[in-house]
Amino acid sequence: MIVEQAAALAPADEDEARAIVAEARLGDETLDIVGGGSRAGFGRPPEGRRRLSSARLDGIVFHEPAEMTLRARAGAPLSAIAVALDAHNQMLPFEPIDHRALLGGGEPTVGGLVATNASGPRRVSAGAARDSLIGLRLVNGLGEAIMSGGRVTKNVAGLDLVKLNCGALGTLGFLTEATFKLLPKPESEATIVIRRLDDPRAIAAMTAALGSPYGVSGAAALTPGMGREFSRTFLRVEGFAASVDHRAEALLKLLAEFGPERVLCGEDSQRLWRGVRDVEFLAEPRVRAVWRVGVRASRAVEFLARLGPHALAHLFDCGGGLVWLATAPTPADAAAVRAALAPLGGHATIVRAPQDLRAAVDVFQRQPAALTALTRRIKAAFDPDGVFNRGRMYAGI
Amino acid sequence: MSQIAFPSPDPTILARRDEIVAGLAAILPPDGLIADVAGRRAFETDALTAYRRLPLAVALPCSIDEVARIMRFCRDGGVNIVARGAGTSLSGGAIPQEDAIVLGLSKMNRILEINLADRYARVEAGVTNLAISEAVAADGFFYAPDPSSQLACTIGGNVGMNSGGAHCLKYGVTVNNLLGVRLVTLDGDVLDLGGPAPDAGGLDWLGVVCGSEGQLGIVVEATVKLIRAAEGARPTLFGFDSCADASRCVAAIVGAGIVPVAMEYMDKAAIAICENFAKAGYPLDVEAMLIVEVEGSEAEIAAELARIGAIAKAHGVRVTRESMSAMESAQIWKGRKSAFGATGRVADYICMDGTVPTGRLPEALERVGEICAAYGLRVANVFHAGDGNMHPLILYDVNDPDQQQKAEEAGMEVLKMSVALGGSLTGEHGVGIEKRDLMTCQYSDADLAQQKRVRAAFDPQAQLNPAKVFPLERRPA
Repeated sequence: MIVEQAAALAPADEDEARAIVAEARLGDETLDIVGGGSRAGFGRPPEGRRRLSSARLDGIVFHEPAEMTLRARAGAPLSAIAVALDAHNQMLPFEPIDHRALLGGGEPTVGGLVATNASGPRRVSAGAARDSLIGLRLVNGLGEAIMSGGRVTKNVAGLDLVKLNCGALGTLGFLTEATFKLLPKPESEATIVIRRLDDPRAIAAMTAALGSPYGVSGAAALTPGMGREFSRTFLRVEGFAASVDHRAEALLKLLAEFGPERVLCGEDSQRLWRGVRDVEFLAEPRVRAVWRVGVRASRAVEFLARLGPHALAHLFDCGGGLVWLATAPTPADAAAVRAALAPLGGHATIVRAPQDLRAAVDVFQRQPAALTALTRRIKAAFDPDGVFNRGRMYAGI
Repeated sequence: MSQIAFPSPDPTILARRDEIVAGLAAILPPDGLIADVAGRRAFETDALTAYRRLPLAVALPCSIDEVARIMRFCRDGGVNIVARGAGTSLSGGAIPQEDAIVLGLSKMNRILEINLADRYARVEAGVTNLAISEAVAADGFFYAPDPSSQLACTIGGNVGMNSGGAHCLKYGVTVNNLLGVRLVTLDGDVLDLGGPAPDAGGLDWLGVVCGSEGQLGIVVEATVKLIRAAEGARPTLFGFDSCADASRCVAAIVGAGIVPVAMEYMDKAAIAICENFAKAGYPLDVEAMLIVEVEGSEAEIAAELARIGAIAKAHGVRVTRESMSAMESAQIWKGRKSAFGATGRVADYICMDGTVPTGRLPEALERVGEICAAYGLRVANVFHAGDGNMHPLILYDVNDPDQQQKAEEAGMEVLKMSVALGGSLTGEHGVGIEKRDLMTCQYSDADLAQQKRVRAAFDPQAQLNPAKVFPLERRPA
């Protein structure tokens, strides 16, 4: 029986989901996919008439610690997955951002993680969510159950629809199940802290560290006013304890010219990286728009200079390859971000903004016409009648 | 009689051959077009040498503009296109057809940009895999995916097949090391997908293009991640008296939370073949051997090897040999990487590429042995154990049609077994023509139809690398 939860259609299994979608399609209905709601404010505003919820698609399907793989249903809360992985000292490799600091409440789920390709600071060494997502099942807009990938890490049989759906904001299908490869939790971690570097020096320090042989797994820089009145640059190494000690020492030597001051360990280090991961430092004031800008680290400073006073606050992750940015929530500011980035190459995405702004301006980097046409054809290949998440990524698609 | 079917060539295309060659000649300089039979013969097969078809013509463009014009010309004329890098595909991914042209990228082989600060290289599609690492080796960097054919294979082909290699256990396969591609579509549009800045947002075009076997467009440039090499790296050999012990040891190492850079498995037959060729000092009196490579400082290497050694001991390892020098390490890897070539010196073989969950490896190895024995064929196993990517080399005599048929049938059974154990038909070699008709074992009709609709979004008439990857559709009589 299909249960209606808070006005959302909530199938309990794939067959029920197929039936709902098939009916919606015939009835010319449009559906907005919802999970735990923690990332609902990301993307363009929903336009669908009804909501399709993954809430009842709960639970871990399997966790094979010896194979380092986990399969869970789309509605499974990430907190439950963390508990299961903790018991075996394992983790999702990509350190997914918890959007609640920026966007407010809700409960992060597998479905939302996949839909947004939610990743974190460890992407410099372990890649993004899409790099660890090895299989999925979804219901497409024709009401068909589709499987892609599987449970093995190496799999090149056929077209990879797994990555195509990761970060597609549910515009191509209703995810029912996802399979991830895992990593062992590091036995130890250490974070080198360098204080009082200006932006160019912070980027230089991070570039030196990431270009070193010491396996840096986090490189971020906070600007003055973010927790301290001075700027702080952070470099993390993880692994077996003796190895972490060795590499932290080696990095301190390598970075001597930047004046590294202290090393954070254990919970202190973890708390710091959670803050970076979740971009807590840009959460307030809540009226500001928050952007995620992918740019070559060597151009990050130039980007900010071009943006000038439109940049109200910023921090760097991924060695400067990701600039997290706060601006005023206006179309003029959005245009300024796009204009500043255009000559440098890169991608700017609005992660937080009032609904009317997300409706009025591009949330994602605008694509050239040929790619927009291709995006439409891909959408049609999965969802020809536009049942799912209409307009969530691009207006009219 | 070989088993893999080819569609019958379109007679209307064959009849227009002169006109098509003339059209290409108007786009390409004289040395960029091969139309004579002797010249075309060099492009009639790839590393799946049991099959060959003479292409209509071979185009070897030097520029993106030439590629775009060829694409539009072929789209308008309904001519099929088979992309080709170095022709090292083991699955027949670059084997042409009589009514198709080969579009070879070998002349587009420039390294365009190396940026060590941002850790990427931008190269043309015809650059070889190894050339990228060589170009940055002096600075201590490398490009991680390392297929055995890395001396010859091109980055364009690597993107097409999402190639792997021994060191992918730690660093990932091509798609995890690819930052951007420049793709020329059938319409002649030049699309820049991804790029050196991380996290493009929008649809993951790179993810779907990588591994698409030349069916979505022509990759003319790739931007790849450069990684700074660790302080040091060292392989160690572990010899076991039983294959089951060796494969259980692999699962135990993975299960203990250790991720070596590489973890390779060779059985007795493979050891003998490779040792005879490479003189790498492999132990000849063991049933199976693991090559485990770890990296880091001297102390880190020693500590990690101690952990791995203890696990190996618990699994009855009899011979342990740590490489003592860079030269010895090179020999150890030379032996492993020349496995396919060395096997080719003793027999013809077909190389399977199925992947199984690592926990099922012992069972899978046993089944491979049983299947080949049932067909009266010899098999050598050499593969990437850490990720369950098996490479049984089924030995046969190519001049004996009966044996070839048996070898192919045994191979098909091995692949079906991989899928049945929860794995995949192919971990890194691609589907090509070889595994095309087995795709229905792994995917439902709806799954395959969905993949085809995505393909059609790029190439509605299926003109790019046709009759590959997807089961051959029977044409109406």
